[in-house]
Amino acid sequence: MTALSSAGAAAAQNDILSEIKKQLISRVENASLVNENTNITRDLGLDSLTVMDFIFDLEDSFDISIPMERIAEVQTVADLAQAIIVLQKEAS
Amino acid sequence: MGIFDQYKALQEQHAALASVGQCPDQLQFDDIISPTEATLNGKPTILMGTNNYLGMTFDEGCVQSAIDALKEEGTGTTGSRIANGSYNGHKALEDELTAFYDMDSAILFSTGYQANLGAISALAGRDDYLLIDADSHASIYDACRLSDAQVIRFRHNDPKNLARKLERLQDKPGNKLIVIESIYSMLGDMSPIAEFVAIKKKYGAYLLVDEAHSLGVLGEKGRGICEHAGVEKDVDFITGTFSKSIGTIGGFLLSNVPGLDIIRLASRPYMFTASPPPSVVASARHTLARIAGATDLRERLWANATQLYTGLQNAGYELGPTLSPIVAIRLKDAEKAIALWNGLLDAGIYTNLALPPATPFGWYLLRSSISAAHTPEQIAKAVDICTKIGLELELITLSNSRATNGTSAVNGASETPPCATSETEPTVPPKTGDSTATA
Repeated sequence: MTALSSAGAAAAQNDILSEIKKQLISRVENASLVNENTNITRDLGLDSLTVMDFIFDLEDSFDISIPMERIAEVQTVADLAQAIIVLQKEAS
Repeated sequence: MGIFDQYKALQEQHAALASVGQCPDQLQFDDIISPTEATLNGKPTILMGTNNYLGMTFDEGCVQSAIDALKEEGTGTTGSRIANGSYNGHKALEDELTAFYDMDSAILFSTGYQANLGAISALAGRDDYLLIDADSHASIYDACRLSDAQVIRFRHNDPKNLARKLERLQDKPGNKLIVIESIYSMLGDMSPIAEFVAIKKKYGAYLLVDEAHSLGVLGEKGRGICEHAGVEKDVDFITGTFSKSIGTIGGFLLSNVPGLDIIRLASRPYMFTASPPPSVVASARHTLARIAGATDLRERLWANATQLYTGLQNAGYELGPTLSPIVAIRLKDAEKAIALWNGLLDAGIYTNLALPPATPFGWYLLRSSISAAHTPEQIAKAVDICTKIGLELELITLSNSRATNGTSAVNGASETPPCATSETEPTVPPKTGDSTATA
């Protein structure tokens, strides 16, 4: 990978992390709890319906579909960003 | 750590419920008197949450056919049809189902839950895609876990969201199976099925419709939402249950897709459980034979549903978006929802208490399901009691309550059409049942 494409990938990852955090912050009372290492269900106390709605919004934002089995593997914000990157690659 | 420690949160929720009254899961009726009446803790109780849409559980012919089958063929089959063979009734009921629906093939399952579990898990294999409505019943979600297919959810009753997801899958090999329900069990809202059919055709996907709450309820012949919407020939698979309008237990899968029978050798929930017992099959056959001609029962059912829906709506309650035989009061306050449910029970009205996360939008639902067997007087009494307790609990106020007397609803005193809802939903009761007819 060239330095240029590596930098592009890092920027894309940052964009994805930003969007995930933005969507999460809109659903929690304490925004300071949300960072890359936040466990989405355990640390934020989100119920399954809120998580589902959050996933739907991310799907719209990134124009991807996130299969349920992929969601099941995700724990942290960083995990989710990685899953979205993989799904974007699979779709392209 | 003990093996039940994982359920600590659940135990706490249950204990909290028990501390303020009765628990839905622990109710034990002393006697069941009729499709709409029981005795609970020594008290006469009107049953308003049993899914007994046509009131067939005490039908004389159904009961007698079950008794005859018990005497002739015994109490149970004691094994699966794959291992122990079929009884005549199994095949006869499958033939009668295909004739009733005018479809090519049918497979019986032992419950409605197993019909979804067995059909969906076997139809969608590795490399295939299951596209399910987000508000799907647990049997559909569990089928997804049993299937090797990739599972993608779309927003509830949102054909456009489904279309976007199918668009993304266009270049992927593998079959796409869309799974929707007809009338959704929590809020009683209906699927915009014609729009889903158009999308399924555009993208070359298969469509499975679960008619659990619409068999006997929708359509001129009572076949359900596909008949009601005129899309039967475009639907690939139908599942259903005998435990609601049919008044017994069991489930089925129907299809016009050639080769359905191979599912019998691939579906674990079909292969590895005992087949329906003769008495159950006999009563299901008896009721099924009556469904097509049961226009009178459907008219009564929809008149009753209208009376309850408009009565509660006029009292000031927030309900599900569509008039249907499932009438759900939507509440945001857990304590008041539980108090209302307990208050109704104490006053002799049985409904279902549905709690998040099993409910949409985290609502607390007081869910009732109406029956053709209810009398206008029973419904008026339920509305009156519900209004009285709702006022006491300040769930409703006199200012937003347009009718505090349930009898006014008998006369159809609603100012707004009860079926008014979003433009994406079919809103009218079946052609055979005029919702404005007096009960």
